[in-house]
Amino acid sequence: MHEEKLVKEIKRTALQIRKWVIESIYRAGSGHPGGSLSIADIIACLYFHEMKHNPKNPKWEDRDRLVLSKGHACPALYAALALSGYFPVDELKNLRKTGHFLQGHPCMRKVPGVDMSTGSLGHGLSVAVGMALAGKMDKKDYRVFVILGDGEVQEGEIWEAANSASHFKLDNLIAILDRNGLQIDGATEEIMHIEPISWRWRAFGWNVIEINGNNVKEILDTFHNIKKNGKPTIIIANTIKGKGVSFMEGTLSFHGKAPSKEQYIKAISELEQEERELDV
Amino acid sequence: MFKEMRNLRDAYSSALIELGNKNKDVVVLDADLALSTKTKRFGTVFPDRFFDVGIAEANMMGIAAGLATCGKIVFASTFAVFATGRCYDAIRQSIAYPCLNVKIVATHAGVSVGGDGASHQMLEDIALMRALPNMTVIAPADATEMEDVVPEIANYYGPCYVRIGRADAPVIFEKHGEFKIGKGYILEDGDDIAIIATGTMTAEAIKAGEILRKEGIDAMVVHMPTIKPIDKKVVEKASKTGRIITCEEHTVIGGLGDAVAMTIQRKPAQMHRIGINDVFGESGEANELLEKYGLTAENIAKVAKEMI
Repeated sequence: MHEEKLVKEIKRTALQIRKWVIESIYRAGSGHPGGSLSIADIIACLYFHEMKHNPKNPKWEDRDRLVLSKGHACPALYAALALSGYFPVDELKNLRKTGHFLQGHPCMRKVPGVDMSTGSLGHGLSVAVGMALAGKMDKKDYRVFVILGDGEVQEGEIWEAANSASHFKLDNLIAILDRNGLQIDGATEEIMHIEPISWRWRAFGWNVIEINGNNVKEILDTFHNIKKNGKPTIIIANTIKGKGVSFMEGTLSFHGKAPSKEQYIKAISELEQEERELDV
Repeated sequence: MFKEMRNLRDAYSSALIELGNKNKDVVVLDADLALSTKTKRFGTVFPDRFFDVGIAEANMMGIAAGLATCGKIVFASTFAVFATGRCYDAIRQSIAYPCLNVKIVATHAGVSVGGDGASHQMLEDIALMRALPNMTVIAPADATEMEDVVPEIANYYGPCYVRIGRADAPVIFEKHGEFKIGKGYILEDGDDIAIIATGTMTAEAIKAGEILRKEGIDAMVVHMPTIKPIDKKVVEKASKTGRIITCEEHTVIGGLGDAVAMTIQRKPAQMHRIGINDVFGESGEANELLEKYGLTAENIAKVAKEMI
C-alpha cells in the first residue's frame, strides 16, 4: 500500500477504536477511557499493519503475540480485535456486562485474540519474556509485543523481567511504554518518579527508542526499523492521556471514569468531526 | 517400622530427568535454588530446557506462564515460602486465572526445614494455593510417590502446586503406579477413629495407627496426597467412624483440616486438626521441632485417645 494511504487508513482505524472506547465505556457505565485513548494509535498500528496474526485462527502458533500489561486499557484492544474480525463489532456494546465475555480486564479464556489475561499491574512483561523465550527455543520467528503503562513500571517485577529479557538476549521482544505521564493519584513524577526512563531501560540492556506515540507515521516507521541485535527493544511512546477527546486530554479525571451522556455525545461528535477532516 | 529413608527432592530430580527424556515440551525453571530444589541436574542434562532466572521468583512465575501459553509444560521450583507467599499475585493473575499448564513444585515446606527458622518454614502454602480456583494441590508422602506425582501432573492439563519438605522421609510405598490426582488411600481400615494425613505427616499417622492398635483402638489411617480436589468418597468413609483427626505440617487454618471439614459439613463427625496452631516456626533440629509442635505419632495417638 502507498505509504500516505496506509497512514490515513490507520488513522481512520484509530479513530474508530477511539469511538468504540467511548461507546463501550459509556454503555458499561465504568472503565478507563484515558489510558485506552492514549494507546489507540499504537494498537491500530499493531493490529492493522505491524503484527502477523489471523482472526480466523486466534491460536495460530506462528502469530505475533501482544500482552496488554496495562490491562485496564482493554477497551482499545477489544475494539481492535473486533474490527479485525475476531468477534462481531456489536459485542463491544456489552463490555463489563454480567455474563458477557468482554471482562473489565482482559481474559484470554473468554476473548478470542487476547493472548494473555492481565489486570493486576506489573506481571505482563514477565509473561512476554516467557513467550519470547519459547519462540527462541522453538526457533520460530514470531515477535512478542507488550504494552506497559508508565505508572506500571513502578512495580518491582517489571525490573526483574526487564533484567531477564536482556540476559536471555530476547530480540524478539518489543515493549511499548505508554508514557502519558499520569497515574491514578497524579503525575508520575510527583507520585513516584520514573525518569530518566530511557536511561533506566538502557541500563538494563535494552534498545531504547523515544517517539511520539500518537503519531501514526512515526509509530509505523519505528516498528519497521527495529533492529534484531541480540537485545530487547522498548519504545518510549510519548502520548496524551485521553487523546482525541478535548475534555479528556491530559486530565486525571478520566483515568477510570465513564463519560456522562452529555460528555459521551460531545466525545463522539468530536471524533466524528476528526474523521470527516481526514477525508478533506 | 520403615526400612528405608529417602529424599523427595532427589526423587523429584530423577523423575524430572526421566520426564524430560520422554517429553521434549518439558521446561524447568528455578530461582537461584537449583542446588537445593535439585532441579540443577535437569539443567545439566537438558541445558536448552532449563532456565535459572536468579533471585526473582515472581518473574519466574510470569515466565512460566508465558512459556505455557506456547505449549510448554513448565515446572517452576523454589522454596515453598517464596513460591507461594512472595508470588501469590503472579500465580493468581498469570497462572491460575488463565488456567495455564504450570507445575509449581516447592521444596522446604514446614517446620522440618529446621535451622533456617520461621522466615523459611512455610506453613500457609496449602491454604494460599487451595484458595485459588483452577489450582490442584498435592503433598506427596514419600520418594516413591513423588516419582509418580511428576509424570502424573505432566499428563494432566492445568496448574498444580506440589509441596515437599527438605528432610529425608521414610519410604512408605514399595510399588510405583498408585498415585492418581484426587485419590485418597485407606492404608489401614478401622472403625473407632480415622486419621487423615498428608505429606510428611502420613508416616506419623501410620505409626500412630500401630500405637493405637496395640492399645485395642481400631484406627482407620488415610493418606490424602491430593488436598484439592479432595477425595470426598474416602473422607465420607472416614467420617463414618464418627471421629476424624487430620494431620498436616502446615497451619491448622486453611489446609487439609479445612478441606476435610468442608467435605463433611452437612454430615459432620467429631474433628481435631493436628498442625501448627497459628504461630510461626523457629530454628531448631527438625525432629525436635516436630515434637515441640505435636507433629508426632505419639501426639496423634494421645489426641485419638482423648476423643474416644
